[in-house]
Amino acid sequence: MDAINYDIELRRAGANATQGWRKVWFLARRHVLGSAGLFFMLIFVLAAAFADLICRFDPLSVDSAHALASPDARHWMGTDSFGRDVWSRIMHGARISLAVGIGSTALGSSIGVIVGLTSGYLSGWVDLVFQRITDILQALPLLVLALIMTAALGPSLPNVIIAIAIPLIPTVARVIRANTLALRELPFVEAAKSIGMSETRIALRHVLPNTLAPLIVLATAQLGSTILTEASLSFLGLGIPEPYPSWGRMLSESAAEYVRTAPWLVIFPGIAISLAVFGTNLFGDALRDILDPRQRG
Amino acid sequence: MFAYIVRRLVLMLVTLFGISVIIFVLLRIVPGNIVDILFAAAGYVDQADKANLERELGLDQPIVVQYLQWIGGMLRGDLGYSYVSEKPALDEILPRIPITARLAGLALLFSASMGIPLGVISAVKQGTRLDYFLRVVSLSGLSLPSFWLGLLILMASVAMFGTMPIFNPNPKTWTEALAIYCVPALAVGFRSAALTMRITRSSMLEVLRQDYIRTARAKGASEQSVNFHHALKNAILPVITVIGIEAAFLIGGLIVTETVFNIPGVARFLVEAIRWRDYPIVQNLVMLIAVVVVLANFTVDMLYAALDPRIRYTD
Repeated sequence: MDAINYDIELRRAGANATQGWRKVWFLARRHVLGSAGLFFMLIFVLAAAFADLICRFDPLSVDSAHALASPDARHWMGTDSFGRDVWSRIMHGARISLAVGIGSTALGSSIGVIVGLTSGYLSGWVDLVFQRITDILQALPLLVLALIMTAALGPSLPNVIIAIAIPLIPTVARVIRANTLALRELPFVEAAKSIGMSETRIALRHVLPNTLAPLIVLATAQLGSTILTEASLSFLGLGIPEPYPSWGRMLSESAAEYVRTAPWLVIFPGIAISLAVFGTNLFGDALRDILDPRQRG
Repeated sequence: MFAYIVRRLVLMLVTLFGISVIIFVLLRIVPGNIVDILFAAAGYVDQADKANLERELGLDQPIVVQYLQWIGGMLRGDLGYSYVSEKPALDEILPRIPITARLAGLALLFSASMGIPLGVISAVKQGTRLDYFLRVVSLSGLSLPSFWLGLLILMASVAMFGTMPIFNPNPKTWTEALAIYCVPALAVGFRSAALTMRITRSSMLEVLRQDYIRTARAKGASEQSVNFHHALKNAILPVITVIGIEAAFLIGGLIVTETVFNIPGVARFLVEAIRWRDYPIVQNLVMLIAVVVVLANFTVDMLYAALDPRIRYTD
């Protein structure tokens, strides 16, 4: 049996990978699935950023001469019933999904953080009221609440973002509140109090930064479900209105009737949604393992 | 224990009251009511006719009065009338419930029977290729939109049988009935099976690290006995929570799946009612969903105490 080579063992455990690219490379090798997720997310973001450059057709231009053309060299993913290029619509659709995903996650999380922090830090009746509102919002499934919200607000991009953000608030608020309650009792908060720091300052400077890791984990996990919810809303015809190329909407136009006649109208938008969500889910899992090892599964 | 249950019931009522207020207000800030839609379709607007119709539907009353009328009616078992079909809302909603309930039940059955065993396997084989494979499958289950999965199933059925399964409320044979319900239930249940599997896996991993598992192995208990008899018994609690909550939250998947497969259940009815601004139907359906969610949560908590003797609710 060979003697243990400590250099090799340490390197394998990542002892030399403490900063910069080395650390990134080390983490990437350790979390293969997470890196794959990041890769899908990058493609998704690049498609959204450079949609105009990588498309030969305008996603909105109607060309009835080429309606329902099957995929070929000219239209890589075929055309829809109006003769619009499916590839262009999917690339531009990435923008909508990304905007809704990031927009509603950011909005929902920031409000959730404010609610959770206030609720956990102030306790008393403020906490009680916030808790009840959270209970109420959590008694309705995400899609149902989002459906009612879009119906109330009317279909448009900002309204869809708001409608999906609101159901996210209670989940984030719950996690932040639980964290705040635990952090409030720790010695460093007591120390800050003893040197005369104001409560608001303690909450913002000491408690908030310590809740960031679970927040990032949660927000990444929510990103996928916001993209899915937008797709479902648009699929039901209550999300992003025409003529914007939303992936969910593309499926609703083609839905059951094209299953037989134009399968490319069903396959490609579905793959786009699934890959985008799959990527964020894979990445979110790896991020959870890195940032919040206690939850590791 | 008794005090705890009473407190929970009171909180449930508070939650349901809150939801009723939120839904009622949200539906009324919508620009344009059913009367506007009807008149827009007709192409002309006679203000007198419009006012008449609004009075008939009670839409001219102050919002507080409308709310009290709804709640009062609900307590007497009168849910109002559908604006669209003009039938009592109860008669519209009740016949659709069994259809959705059957779908949900089958989907949960699928979710538990696939999710739990696969989760156990994944945990026991942690770090192996099989584990990686199962984790990717379960994550993809959480990533595929269930309406797309439904469309893919329709596509496969066209390719294989040359036809699509069409919903038939009175199936002739039991195989037909099974096909009618199982296929959409599969599309909905795949997601919750994936969720069940993930929770089972992480819960099992946690339990497998505990000392009593090592003791069981030291005693010479077989691998099978350790995994299923010792570990799964304790790991199953969080799984029950998830399945219980999924039971109520499946409605999200059912909404899109019933739309894809053209199934006349309550979930699709909700979307139709929202499109038509059929307030009485929408608000009653949302309350129905809320009641199911709240009851599911309560049942899960009670089940917890029944299954784990260490948990006793005191207050």
